[in-house]
Amino acid sequence: MSVTTATPGWARPRTRPGWLARLFDSKPFLIVACLFPAVGLLLVFLTYPLGLGVWLAFTDTQIGRSGVWVGLENFQDLFEDRVFWSAVFYSVFYTAAATALKFGLGLWLALLLNHHVPFKSIIRAIILLPWIVPTVLSAIAFWWIYDAQFSIISYVLVDVLGWRDTYIDFLGTPWAARWSLIVANVWRGIPFVAISLLAGLQTISPSLYEAALLDGASPWQRFRHVTAPLLMPILAVVLTFSVLFTFTDFQLVYAITRGGPVNSTHLMATLAFQRGIPGGHLGEGAAIAVSMIPFLIFATLFSYFALARRKWQQGESND
Amino acid sequence: MATVTLRNVRKSFGSTEILHGVDVGMADGEFVVLVGPSGCGKSTLLRMIAGLENITAGEIDIGGRVVNDVAPKDRDIAMVFQNYALYPHMTVRENMAFSLRLAKAPREVEEAEVQRAARILGLSELLHRYPRQLSGGQRQRVAMGRAIVRNPQVFLFDEPLSNLDAKLRVQMRAEIKELHQRLRTTTVYVTHDQIEAMTMADKIVVMHAGRVEQIGAPLDLYDRPANMFVAGFIGSPAMNFVRGTVRGDRFVSEGAVDWPLPPPAARGGAGEGRPAVYGIRPEHLFPATGGIPAEVQVVEPTGAEMQVLARVGGAPVLCAFRERIAARPGETIGIEPDPALAHLFDVETGRRLSA
Ligand SMILES: Nc1ncnc2c1ncn2[C@@H]1O[C@H](COP(=O)(O)OP(=O)(O)OP(=O)(O)O)[C@@H](O)[C@H]1O
Ligand SMILES: [Mg+2]
Repeated sequence: MSVTTATPGWARPRTRPGWLARLFDSKPFLIVACLFPAVGLLLVFLTYPLGLGVWLAFTDTQIGRSGVWVGLENFQDLFEDRVFWSAVFYSVFYTAAATALKFGLGLWLALLLNHHVPFKSIIRAIILLPWIVPTVLSAIAFWWIYDAQFSIISYVLVDVLGWRDTYIDFLGTPWAARWSLIVANVWRGIPFVAISLLAGLQTISPSLYEAALLDGASPWQRFRHVTAPLLMPILAVVLTFSVLFTFTDFQLVYAITRGGPVNSTHLMATLAFQRGIPGGHLGEGAAIAVSMIPFLIFATLFSYFALARRKWQQGESND
Repeated sequence: MATVTLRNVRKSFGSTEILHGVDVGMADGEFVVLVGPSGCGKSTLLRMIAGLENITAGEIDIGGRVVNDVAPKDRDIAMVFQNYALYPHMTVRENMAFSLRLAKAPREVEEAEVQRAARILGLSELLHRYPRQLSGGQRQRVAMGRAIVRNPQVFLFDEPLSNLDAKLRVQMRAEIKELHQRLRTTTVYVTHDQIEAMTMADKIVVMHAGRVEQIGAPLDLYDRPANMFVAGFIGSPAMNFVRGTVRGDRFVSEGAVDWPLPPPAARGGAGEGRPAVYGIRPEHLFPATGGIPAEVQVVEPTGAEMQVLARVGGAPVLCAFRERIAARPGETIGIEPDPALAHLFDVETGRRLSA
């Protein structure tokens, strides 16, 4: 078949790509070129302050006086410091209690919003409000709500409903203050949890619920066998973030109680700041901040393993 | 095993009525196919039988019991969804056993039922897999397995094959049919594919815009469609329609084309001089020298037959010839219908006139 062959003696010229094209085709160059900006930014803005903070923790630096290397002395001091241990305790307690409440209420809200309720989009917008308001602003609001004399809650309970005789001193005693802060944190954290979980709920195909309905599942069984397992992956992500944010919380506590009364509501973050900046002991403050790292690593590792893709999820080849 | 009876079933979403009074009787063990174009309300009707949609008016009766107010799980039905709706976090075994587990069946019963269903469907090797590790056809089978395990009175299928490729669809069609012959469970099967309907059904219910157009055995629908909608919907390629008038023994259409009529006894209400629609299926037209002149426009050989689109007196007519003719676009050929297989329809109502 001579018609099908091309003109003899002519072949498509094999163009040699220019050096620029070859450069952009080379993998090592691309790796370096693409990673450089990110790595550079990380080094400058993350690693340097972090490194500086860690280094400070091993010195006796004070504001206005550069310190010398003191080894583990700061940590030894902290080990015998009751206020530090109380901050550790409250950090863990604050995180645990607030996270439990946020997830309980957030999941409940998400489930509610996933049904057909009237004015759904307005309710959704309202739920997001606590998250949009700047933290300091909401902290000030809570400060008023918890005020010993002008508290609206006390006013309602005592003057309107008449259920109590005396005004509540929300921030005056350690445990009342601790719980008051947890409530404020929950109020602020719920939107994130509720909206994230709602997004997760909406990825679950309604036909799975219909299939379960026909299979004879009660509402509780549908939640337990369909909703909960399918929500797990996103729940784990949200849980990790929520734990990290809560554990490192600073603004709410510092704005409402500044760690009082008698240091009972110090979180590790507020105590580190208190000791480091107003107290002037930069080294000691840095040491407190550094001691948060193991907790955060633990939370991250936990999530790493809890988050490990479940077998049924897409994208894993193990059988 | 049970009969299913729909009595004047209506459905409205808000103020729009989707189903305008559907009456269907299904005998025990029958394979009934609901067929109709997209949006005609087939799925809605099926979901009403399942109890996933409430019934606006009318009655649905399963096995002699009106189920309007019976919860889905108590209707003793099993449904296979179009997207299969397999639980992604459960293995094939757990998917199939889920309903038994919820019913707190003893472990031996559960295991025996799962094994039975797996054997029937050839899933025994796959019981430990997750749905994402299965092919489309295997998922389809698991969905059926989940239904079989429950030993329901009625199987409901909502376009179960529409996500499969053409070849697998033919294979699964045969498997579902065979399964039905084996289990003899009353089955309601929804599809918009008339070939699926023709090949699988004991009885076809043709629906259109929320109404039942005709109910009957597949070949009855093919041979004696009750109206132009059914005539055009059942059969592939679709029936040709030509408008014209009855003149003596001939039917005269636009361009003074003469079509042979069925014998007088079979003409029914189509009297002399009456305007009507003449319906003839492509496969009932034959090439004939000296037949009706037809100008060839497109020729499509499929191997088994030659599909020829031609113009006859201005009207497009599709022919499906068994013999291979050497026709080229632009040529004029002669065609001859089999008069005994021609249909006459009313121009206004589209109802069948011929007997
Ligand atoms: N929840 C709903 N609200 C309002 N209208 C609906 C709803 N569900 C279905 N419809 C309407 O009812 C009609 C029938 O829908 P249905 O799903 O039963 O069609 P179908 O025959 O199954 O079509 P298909 O072959 O495309 O699946 C459609 O016009 C659809 O728009
Ligand atoms: Mg449908």
